[in-house]
Amino acid sequence: MTLVVADAAAVYTLRIADDCLVLSHRLAQWSSNAPSLEDDVALTNIALDLLGQARAMYARTAELDGTGRSEDDYAFLRDEREFVNCLLVEQENGDFAATIVRQLLCSTYQLAQWHALTSSSDEQVAAIAAKAVKETTYHRDHATDWTLRLGDGTDESHRRMETALATLLPFTAELFESDSVTESIAASGVGPDPTDLHRHWEPYIHRVLSDATLVREESTWTPTGGRRGLHTERFGYMLAEMQHVHRSFPGATW
Amino acid sequence: MTVVEEIRRAAGDIPDPEMPALTIADLGILRDVRVDPTGHVDIDITPTYSGCPALDTIREDVERCIRDQGYPDVTVRVVLSPAWTTEWMSDAGRVKLREYGIAPPRQQVFDINMLQLAVPCPRCDSPRTIEVSHFGSTQCQAVRQCAACGETFPHFKEH
Repeated sequence: MTLVVADAAAVYTLRIADDCLVLSHRLAQWSSNAPSLEDDVALTNIALDLLGQARAMYARTAELDGTGRSEDDYAFLRDEREFVNCLLVEQENGDFAATIVRQLLCSTYQLAQWHALTSSSDEQVAAIAAKAVKETTYHRDHATDWTLRLGDGTDESHRRMETALATLLPFTAELFESDSVTESIAASGVGPDPTDLHRHWEPYIHRVLSDATLVREESTWTPTGGRRGLHTERFGYMLAEMQHVHRSFPGATW
Repeated sequence: MTVVEEIRRAAGDIPDPEMPALTIADLGILRDVRVDPTGHVDIDITPTYSGCPALDTIREDVERCIRDQGYPDVTVRVVLSPAWTTEWMSDAGRVKLREYGIAPPRQQVFDINMLQLAVPCPRCDSPRTIEVSHFGSTQCQAVRQCAACGETFPHFKEH
């Protein structure tokens, strides 16, 4: 199926918005549970940045898909199969090491993507990206600092980081997959070719992991499907929790 | 004073909800004011961070302020481009921030050698301060501590 350019752009901006929203919600689950006050504040600050990025991209999606939906409609009134976020962002927080590994893998990808989008042919997207690049640079710095500290830390922290890496790395293959949407937006200049993103992502991850003395296990398992609405089991539970109040009390305000 | 100047001054004097020592003009959040011949007022504001929770409050404050000035027909627009930067903070704003106990963002005077100036302590002025946490009580602030006087203080991050 060939998508017309405007449709592809709308799907593409929706994917980015969903990545940001779902990761934001996962990080917000750390609120009052992080190992130190500073990191409680850091993770929820990052969650807030991501929520802001999601809102801006939902607003742009509504203009592109012509439905005039509100940000809340996208967040709270779609079902699991309508979400097109990647599988990596929906994975459970696990221990602090797992959250840090997920943050390193995600923020490195997101930073490369926002960098590419600063020169998007869609001026609105380019403006959102210009702001997001600065924020996401902080997110990647935070994840990098902790990866070095925990990877090259105690035997226990090192072990936990390698366990988290083995669990989460397989989910990164999906980030760099091409399909008719990415081909269309690359051709129209709205967004980057995913293989270009991988060229930026891979050397950075390689350097940080080796500085942190962490070894990657090669895996042939490459789960995928998030971009087509096929999610892992835990996502449904997260969504139910996130949408419950909005759906139980439609139109409620406070 | 022209109508535009009058409105710009009134709207610019609105305090920031999270840092009430500063006005939205000090912060560089107020971008543009336009008045058309029918008396309709258009105001552009820009967020400091994508998810800044103060923005909705600022928008409402600006609308109320302009209506109180006698211009009932007002539209406040949020513009994202060009993206806000701490370079837009006024000199007066930097002084007020420091007096409020928050170290202001460092200005990028030149960066040929990638020189990073110290962040002086707002309490004792010592340059010997270290970053305790890159994330603070709001999205725009980091937490630092002074090695000279021991004070822990917020720093408005360069952005």
